[in-house]
Amino acid sequence: MTTDEKVVLEVDGLRMRYGSVDVLHDVTFQARHGEVLALLGPNGAGKTTTIEILEGFRTRSQGQVKVLGTDPEHGDERWRARLGVVLQSWRDHGKWRVGEFLAHLGTYYAAYATPRIQRPWNADELIKTVGLTEHAGKKLRTLSGGQRRRLDVAIGLVGRPELLFLDEPTSSFDPQARQMLHDLVRRLVGTGETTVLLTTHDLAEAEKLADRILVLNGGRIIADGTVGDLAQRIAGQDEVRWLRGGQRFVERTTDSTAFARELFARYGDDIQELEVHRASLEQTYLSLVHQAESTLEVTR
Amino acid sequence: MNPATTALRAGWTRGRIELRQSFTNGADLFAHFLWPGLMVATMFFIRDMSFGTSGLLLGTLALPSILGMNVATGMISMSQQLTADREDGTLLRAKATPHGMPAYLIGKVISVSGSLLADLVIFLVPGMLIVEGLRIGPGTWPTLGWVLVLGLVATLPLGAVLGSAFASARAQGLIQLPYLALIGISGIFYPITALPEWLQWIAQVFPIYWMGLGMRSALLPDSAATVEIGESWRHLETVSVLGVWAVLGLLVAPVVLRRMARGESGSTVAARRERALQRVQ
Repeated sequence: MTTDEKVVLEVDGLRMRYGSVDVLHDVTFQARHGEVLALLGPNGAGKTTTIEILEGFRTRSQGQVKVLGTDPEHGDERWRARLGVVLQSWRDHGKWRVGEFLAHLGTYYAAYATPRIQRPWNADELIKTVGLTEHAGKKLRTLSGGQRRRLDVAIGLVGRPELLFLDEPTSSFDPQARQMLHDLVRRLVGTGETTVLLTTHDLAEAEKLADRILVLNGGRIIADGTVGDLAQRIAGQDEVRWLRGGQRFVERTTDSTAFARELFARYGDDIQELEVHRASLEQTYLSLVHQAESTLEVTR
Repeated sequence: MNPATTALRAGWTRGRIELRQSFTNGADLFAHFLWPGLMVATMFFIRDMSFGTSGLLLGTLALPSILGMNVATGMISMSQQLTADREDGTLLRAKATPHGMPAYLIGKVISVSGSLLADLVIFLVPGMLIVEGLRIGPGTWPTLGWVLVLGLVATLPLGAVLGSAFASARAQGLIQLPYLALIGISGIFYPITALPEWLQWIAQVFPIYWMGLGMRSALLPDSAATVEIGESWRHLETVSVLGVWAVLGLLVAPVVLRRMARGESGSTVAARRERALQRVQ
């Protein structure tokens, strides 16, 4: 495998402008083969715009973009066959039946099977995987919101994509369906053939699934790293509580271990009921977004 | 299967499945019988009226004319289905699938012309029982065949252009008005020679008149040509005008369709739905 193949997604200096409004400013990131990358951010941050540019559905204003080694604006059918797309909501093909539709869509991918990747995914097997077997004969428009969403994910997978885009995949999922999707994504990634880019505003989901998290806010990437990296980037996030001489103390620190060591060195046995609370991703994320927003206020 | 045949095969399958769907659900079935039913009823009421001193019965003239007009309705259903498929994301799905767009279009052509053919039979069979004075000879079916095929090639690409140009279901409604006006002046329910000459010229620019004329030439005795412009079936002119429309449509449609498809994305579909919902409220 060459180095080019290892980088599946390459975005450099991406800008998007509608009229005089900049929606994305200088977005730069990469995704490596087999990685799960979460694009996290509040509504209106530019997540969907970014993903639509990568899918080849939207023409960017500026910057370099390579998806599976190809500029999405010039992607051909072979390139298209290697992608899986799950949009935020689909209502198409309401008259078609679940099994019939998946089997039909699969035929489009058969010509693109390779010795390594068998295409398409067998429809019955796929329906079973997403838990829709008992609804296989139903028309799409009669499915409930959650069932439809599972089908959307199945459709995204029917061509056994090398790169899967999941735009807010678990919105309108019940906890069970969410678990199913998480298992499915982990299983896909486990095969080592699929790279996943997902957008979400559900932090727990990003934490659970992603190898790496990009935080997008106001059209800028304000953080890029593993869950651990992100937690560390924020100063004063770990919370240390203790009891000394009948009095309660709370302190925030970046290095809770060193802080505790010093605490014991100074007071020894006087320290009681020591608690260290690691920064949760949620706190990290909120303070990142908050920080970015206050910097913007200042620069304005 | 190689990539080139994928689109053809998938399109063929799509067309067949959509056709089956349109004849196995209540709402669509109703539509399939409503229009031909109305037309048969119309013919029943005008079957005994005669046109001027020609001795020809209006019903006899109208049957082939309506047949021709019905072929042109393929244009309207093409246009409407394209708009609907844009609104619900069916087209975007095609865009997200390899060879999805050509397969979608092939499927659409098959399902639209297939259900049109069925509608023609639904109309023609009872119509032929009601109306007298038709001439069914060895030349009837070949003539009917080429008028039908040429008429479809002339109008379906036009329908695709209209469907791409008018994005909302509401705008689609606006197309209906000029279309109905055009039917009114195209000599469908009453011979065109009864109209002022300037209206005759307008009608002769568009395909509907020529499809009616072609169908009359297939199903009526040659003596009936006396009520036509130039007292002739004018096959050469029919082929020319329909041919020009066909070439025009086949040249313009891919360009317009491609441009329309380029603009489709998840957020444009969502935005359109948002607007549609606001109208409903």
